[in-house]
Amino acid sequence: METYEFAVVGGGPAGMSGAIEAAKAGVQKIAIFDENPTLGGQLVKQTHKFFGGREHRAGKRGIDIASAMAKECHGLGIDVMKDTVVWGIFKGNTVALYNEGKAQRLTAKAILLATGASENNIACPGWTLPGVLGAGGIQTMMNVHRVLPGNRILMVGSGNVGLIVSYQLLQAGAKVVAVIDILPRIGGYGVHASKITRLSVPILTSHSLKEIIGKDRVEAAVIIKVDSKNKPIPGTEQRFDVDTVCLSVGLSPLAELAWMCGCKFLYVPELGGWMPCRSEKMETSVPGIYVAGDGGGIEEASTAMMTGAIAGIAVAESLGYLTKERSEELRKEKTKGLDPFRCKDFGFRRVANEKLIENIIGSKGVRE
Amino acid sequence: MRILEHPILGKMPPRKVVKIEMEGRVLEAFEGEPIAAALTAHGICVFRYTRVRKEPRGISCAIGQCTDCVMVVNGIPNTRTCVTRVEDGMKIQRQE
Repeated sequence: METYEFAVVGGGPAGMSGAIEAAKAGVQKIAIFDENPTLGGQLVKQTHKFFGGREHRAGKRGIDIASAMAKECHGLGIDVMKDTVVWGIFKGNTVALYNEGKAQRLTAKAILLATGASENNIACPGWTLPGVLGAGGIQTMMNVHRVLPGNRILMVGSGNVGLIVSYQLLQAGAKVVAVIDILPRIGGYGVHASKITRLSVPILTSHSLKEIIGKDRVEAAVIIKVDSKNKPIPGTEQRFDVDTVCLSVGLSPLAELAWMCGCKFLYVPELGGWMPCRSEKMETSVPGIYVAGDGGGIEEASTAMMTGAIAGIAVAESLGYLTKERSEELRKEKTKGLDPFRCKDFGFRRVANEKLIENIIGSKGVRE
Repeated sequence: MRILEHPILGKMPPRKVVKIEMEGRVLEAFEGEPIAAALTAHGICVFRYTRVRKEPRGISCAIGQCTDCVMVVNGIPNTRTCVTRVEDGMKIQRQE
């Protein structure tokens, strides 16, 4: 069986950052596995420019960040196995792969799980109709495959994803009839919200989906106002004739492999639900198994790059390529890069939970 | 509908056109694009009907996670059409 020093599951921003940092520190024989035909994870559909500082590659579009990072991986001699599904991790850090009809196994001294997230849905009558798509799903169809799944869209959720995807739908030539959010305020950044309000798209806060109507696809959607306890207020229904309802209502970590490895888990609703506990170095409760990016708690791509890098640095230290002092220094630098993305009101809860997630390792009371 | 012009992505680069068959209907598609993208471009949105209640289903996540868009492709059921790439002559059927 082939042995790698470092196996990375998932070639998105977290996985690539982890591999790049480890390779820069001198780690040999690194492999990235990804089930998709291209590296980049969900960056490949992010046509907007990123925020932050230079370490977050701010000012660049997600699509360009993906190709720049992929190029860096190739330049550093990292093995990239595309179209490859990691379907299991077994005793002795054995990684089970499936690639174009062939099964394969290999072992690795350290493994980074950077498997990302899946989209949430909200259930209401009609939510399973064709024409109800996730915001990520719509983005993939229009920005990667260049097809528009609908012409008249109701966007549910005013977080950054909902706002950005609304703007991208307008860019692609679709009509966004409204953006709704159950919260009494807009969830995302003001800069994203104003981009769409300038184009006359109303953002209706304190509104939820009541019903989606249609026979073989979405024909209309009914929304309803909610009170301060999120209870629907009868008589406030509004009907929109749309062919598509876009759900931008959060993500959940894809953490199956971490469950399989026996990692301890913690339930943190603000971060997307069940997620593996891990140290400040991104190591889970199972030695040698690391986690980064959305798979270790939902944030976004810029923080995924940072947490991936922190994991890569820790792996390099554990394999003897970095001294404890140097590793600490590099980690502090990357941790600082997380701060700008954890400073809003959501971020305060994040930071509080951050301590919880780290401190839980080695303690009792968590599902094992 | 295909997005031929895009303010950020530019003009759609030329791609090889192939033919696929969807329940007797011959459709033009781009080689290598996901089956789901080709069908969407032709305005097809019902990909299958549920077995018991016969409810229509289409694309939801488009990245192979939710399995809502599965169809029978070249006789193989439960094929995730959002991550299965188009090949010339493919035969596609709705799953029921």
